[in-house]
Amino acid sequence: MADDLLAVSGLNTYYGGAHILSDVAFAIGGNEVVALLGRNGAGKSTTIKSVMGLVRPRSGSVVYQGEEIAGDEPYRVCRRGIGYVPEERRVFSELTVEENLEVGRRPPRADASEWTPERLYALFPNLAERRRHPAGRMSGGEQQMLTIARTLMGNPRLVLLDEPSEGIAPLIVEQMAMVIKELKREGLAVLISEQNLHFARIVSDRAVIIEKGAVRFTGTFADLDANPDIAQATLAL
Amino acid sequence: MGFYFAQLLTGLANASSLFLIACGLSIIFGVTRIVNFAHGSLYMLGAYIAYTLVTTIHAGPFGFWASVLLSAAAVALVGAVIEILILRRIYRAPELFQLVATFGVLLIIQDATLAIWGAEDLLGPRAPGLDRAVRIFGEPIPEYDLALIVIGPVVLGLITLVFRKTRWGVLVRAATQDREMVGALGVNQRWLFTSAFMLGAFLAGLGGALQVPRESVSLLMDLSVIGEAFVVVVIGGMGSVGGAFVAAIIISVLNAFGVLVFPQISLILPFLVMAIVLVVRPYGLFGSPASAHGAPPVPEAPMRPLNQAGIVAMTLVVVAFAALPVVDDGFILVLAVDLFVAVLFAASLHLIMGVGGMVSFGHAAYFGLGAYAAALAVKTLGLPMLPAMLFGPLAAALGAAVFGWFCVRLSGVYLAMLTLAAAQILWGVTFQWQSVTGGDDGILGVWPASWASREVYFYLALAVTVVGLALIRRIANSPFGYTLRGGRDSPTRAEAIGIDLKAHQWLGFIIAGALAGVAGVLFAFAKGSVFPETLAIGHSIDALIMVLLGGVQSLLGPLFGATAFVLIEDWVTRLDYWRFIFGAIILLICIAAPDGIAGGLSRLWRLVRPGTPRSGRPA
Ligand SMILES: Nc1ncnc2c1ncn2[C@@H]1O[C@H](COP(=O)(O)OP(=O)(O)OP(=O)(O)O)[C@@H](O)[C@H]1O
Ligand SMILES: [Mg+2]
Repeated sequence: MADDLLAVSGLNTYYGGAHILSDVAFAIGGNEVVALLGRNGAGKSTTIKSVMGLVRPRSGSVVYQGEEIAGDEPYRVCRRGIGYVPEERRVFSELTVEENLEVGRRPPRADASEWTPERLYALFPNLAERRRHPAGRMSGGEQQMLTIARTLMGNPRLVLLDEPSEGIAPLIVEQMAMVIKELKREGLAVLISEQNLHFARIVSDRAVIIEKGAVRFTGTFADLDANPDIAQATLAL
Repeated sequence: MGFYFAQLLTGLANASSLFLIACGLSIIFGVTRIVNFAHGSLYMLGAYIAYTLVTTIHAGPFGFWASVLLSAAAVALVGAVIEILILRRIYRAPELFQLVATFGVLLIIQDATLAIWGAEDLLGPRAPGLDRAVRIFGEPIPEYDLALIVIGPVVLGLITLVFRKTRWGVLVRAATQDREMVGALGVNQRWLFTSAFMLGAFLAGLGGALQVPRESVSLLMDLSVIGEAFVVVVIGGMGSVGGAFVAAIIISVLNAFGVLVFPQISLILPFLVMAIVLVVRPYGLFGSPASAHGAPPVPEAPMRPLNQAGIVAMTLVVVAFAALPVVDDGFILVLAVDLFVAVLFAASLHLIMGVGGMVSFGHAAYFGLGAYAAALAVKTLGLPMLPAMLFGPLAAALGAAVFGWFCVRLSGVYLAMLTLAAAQILWGVTFQWQSVTGGDDGILGVWPASWASREVYFYLALAVTVVGLALIRRIANSPFGYTLRGGRDSPTRAEAIGIDLKAHQWLGFIIAGALAGVAGVLFAFAKGSVFPETLAIGHSIDALIMVLLGGVQSLLGPLFGATAFVLIEDWVTRLDYWRFIFGAIILLICIAAPDGIAGGLSRLWRLVRPGTPRSGRPA
């Protein structure tokens, strides 16, 4: 569709000789939250990295706001307004929380209110208490919040969230769900990769299911519930 | 009492100089992951430029300090040029390939300096206003030394301030930890790398410029300082500025007192301290495991066993070599034996580097051990050539067993540095132990047995080399070789499935050492003499360059690399300014074929014959 914020099509990505993504295609609307679902090793992270330019796809197209960005360097992709939250968190452990936010800081967009550390501390109260602590000494959940806050400092239009609910306490997962809904309210688009169907259902509008590097299903959760065998076959339930 | 205090102050003054150089090196490594062999050259350049400015400006203390800062700024600009024109093009090349490029830069700066300032040592004036000595506890202390003692901590303070309080500093610290993530957050790494390289170059230039009132400026400054600078960076932890400061003080103060007890110690003391620190703390005093590795490894294209055509081609090459004595009896045969020695030496390094994934900066140690053992067997034990030859690989294997045992406990750059330390210690011992090794004079008269004429020796060397290469191939493709590769690509997984990786790596290290020893033996009898240079850093770097230039990933790499190296060196050393030409050739190869000569040739081959499979690699 012409009004899609991001449209991926025919994406093929390799690691060495291994063909990981085959003809992956999906789209995200301007204020939509899409869940990229799939089992361990299905290719969710690879899809996100291919969009971000962290892995160079061998063929295919990634169109963002009407422009082809496939093969662009990550920093250019980021500067266009795509924020990336990696699954391994990758906080700068020797830097303080404040300094981590500083690394992510980019100029504000004209059409949206700017993310400042103060606004982010309001959204993530745990971080406020720890602003002068080295990030490496925080709990996994706090680090996960920090990576999201750090990415938001770049004032992105679209956020790619790789498995935000993985390996963190249930209480924090709830907080994470709240944050994603808040982002939608702010007018952002979000792509979250998930294995947890329950969490995906709470936060997202639509699902894209990927299995062995290929898209198996695209549609609403109602569509998905109407065909229970799809979820059964492609997700670890 | 006064004397010891004076000695301490001298040590601290030296520490300041050393810190400036090492801290620049550490910052460059932290951000760009480049092991900058040209860092000593930037230091030397700073000294030469400062000499010129100080001797032309004559404007009292202000003129002196302005000259020093200007020189550092000029060197920073040179650094920017190096980074933008050369290094930027090869950041995606395999880890350590940039090291070869910086070695090319080192050669070019050597000759450029020679062309501009001449070969004579230059003695600069004392620093105006600080040209006297003050008496402390009755001992005269140069005022300038006291100034240096202040300058070191001041620079440390300034850098710390910049790193904590500016956005640039925060980005540099973040990039030292995870460059890719910094890029994904929208930071243009090119700009960050260039500026970090410039800061490093500035500090090196500053260190050099500040040295002008203390010592004469000479063309030896680059290599004389680079070894110690590496040691300091490693002891402190790669990428850690504070670590470099502490390490510089430890090394310099120990040195100042060490020479009182044992004057010869200064050659090896820094390396001895580094070896001890690394054994106790594998990532230096303030380093982290993340600091050990450069770029993430590129998945290796699957190995293809030598096919029919390859075997035929190899046989033809050997036959062609075997026919050499028919067409020539003198010069070419000598050159060919040099070539065999280089090929075997490089191939043995390939075995631990390419197959084993352990980078050695000190492989010449085992070459030299082999050469010296054979030479000593002839000269002191009076053995004939053939039995004496056996001593070479034995001694080399023994040395590799001792040093390798420590080395395989480390990884990445730290492992490489410990191999360098080992080689440097052996070199120091050889250099100093006059009564046994002849010291600087070497061992002369190690000629082949009378039955081994030039042709016979040529065939002997050819046969030994072919057997050595076949052995390396066999090892690389044996289950043992596959285990080594598995450990290289994912050490944790190898350990998890119950493989004693360290034992395998240790054995690999010993075999590679023994083979280097064989190359050393061939060398000793070909030249009729052995000198400490066979163990020196320069010789280790030669081997590294052969392997990296050729391509680390296949055995063809060292064959091409050694051949290119020997032929180019043979041709170019007859010219004036050969270092410049040699350096330029190295840079050209680096930029044109970042996957090495073997990789470049196979890319050419695919251009000519499309349809051959190509392996993708992550961007
Ligand atoms: N750097 C790499 N080199 C080689 N293969 C890789 C690499 N990274 C991932 N793979 C492989 O690519 C496939 C897809 O991996 P990916 O990380 O995209 O899966 P995922 O869906 O994100 O899984 P998870 O839920 O475990 O995060 C897997 O088979 C994985 O083993
Ligand atoms: Mg993943």
